[in-house]
Amino acid sequence: MDRTKGSARGGAVNTLGAAHAGLVSCTGCSLLSRPASAAYVGHCPRCGEALAWRRTHAVQRTWAFLIAAAILYVPANVLPVLTTNTLVSSQADTIMSGVIFLYETGSWPLALIVLVASVMIPLGKIAALAYVLVSVQGGSATSNRQRTRLYRIVEFIGRWSMLDVFVDTFVVALVQLAPLMSVDPGPGVVYFMAVVVLTMFAAQSFDPRLIWDAATMREGRTPPKRCAPPPLGARRLGTALRRRDRDGA
Amino acid sequence: MESVACRGCDLLQRIPPLPPGGKAQCGRCGQPLAVRHADPLDRPLALALTAAVALVVANVSPLMGLTVAGRDSTTTLAGGAYQMWVQGSEITAVIVAFCAVLAPAAYVALLISVLIMVRRPPAPAWVGVLMRWADHLRPWSMNEVLLLGMLVALTKIAQLATVIPGAGMYAVGALVLLLPAIASTFDAREVWRRIAWIEPKVPRAGVQ
Repeated sequence: MDRTKGSARGGAVNTLGAAHAGLVSCTGCSLLSRPASAAYVGHCPRCGEALAWRRTHAVQRTWAFLIAAAILYVPANVLPVLTTNTLVSSQADTIMSGVIFLYETGSWPLALIVLVASVMIPLGKIAALAYVLVSVQGGSATSNRQRTRLYRIVEFIGRWSMLDVFVDTFVVALVQLAPLMSVDPGPGVVYFMAVVVLTMFAAQSFDPRLIWDAATMREGRTPPKRCAPPPLGARRLGTALRRRDRDGA
Repeated sequence: MESVACRGCDLLQRIPPLPPGGKAQCGRCGQPLAVRHADPLDRPLALALTAAVALVVANVSPLMGLTVAGRDSTTTLAGGAYQMWVQGSEITAVIVAFCAVLAPAAYVALLISVLIMVRRPPAPAWVGVLMRWADHLRPWSMNEVLLLGMLVALTKIAQLATVIPGAGMYAVGALVLLLPAIASTFDAREVWRRIAWIEPKVPRAGVQ
């Protein structure tokens, strides 16, 4: 950040989450509004987006996309993504053998890029999101900043895994010189693309605000009664609310 | 002073009046909260119109061609997706066409319409709907990944045949520079301020 250009940190009202002040922030246009009822939050009066205290079923949805992606990751790497047919031979290539081909033909920087984009980023994304999910479900209140940053990195780099799909598309589109030589897409491409799309959906359905809810609960702050938002996915908040209602606080 | 809740951690904060070129970020998690540009409407519009021209070139002219043993072939963006479809990988073809052609084109078209409509505030409420669509499309518009993918494909094929980069490739390269430039000059807060509310009668929340 360039401080000479005059930058400012937002001054905190106090360390209060909007949901705990009975305010809900629109995911579409960032407008803060105070819903009339906690149970039915309704729509944003400015842009019409459906409002929610936290993204609906964020943890469950992210897990679902993540598990599906992890399962499809196996066929994506085992099945061939390209089949090269020449007059005399036919050769099937998986993602890994494509990387090895690039390396052996002398372009190791490209081999490294493809290896990072196609193998390490999908694996890293699945591992990172699983870690964030487990820590949120366990009610961890430490290293919130780092976990938020990890989530933001996952969200940002996810699209780069599409690299191999584009590479395969253009190799297939160009090398159509039958009977001399032709390249056909293998069944692995679809699985690989599904992994990329599913991990992108997983990152988009998670709500990073859940990371910070545990810390707010730790401070013993429960939402005021008039808003009473048990955000779906944040079980601890729900438990605290029930306890508060039961104790008649 | 405007109150916002951080998108990253839900912390309630007031954004102080920012000088032109100033930025505000969340004091707790570091998420960027607001930027203020000296020229929040004209500059992104100019860049978006340039991107529209580059998009047309990128989609119409050949991306690359190859020559081997006296035969040659060229491909365009849509041609790549079409070939995938013909070769029996229909789902891949659809997603590639979406990420490489449809999403960037729709994103730029939506931005241009929004930026033109908000020049005379208040813009009608449906402009807000366009804004939300543009927001949803942004992660799926993958020009920079596409460019890198084409370069890797060229290197792979270069082992087998002579490859010729086409004009479309340079247009995609221009898009790779233009789209982040639009994103960094675009001020969503300023645009939303100029759009009429869907429910104008709702009293504004206490914290404003």
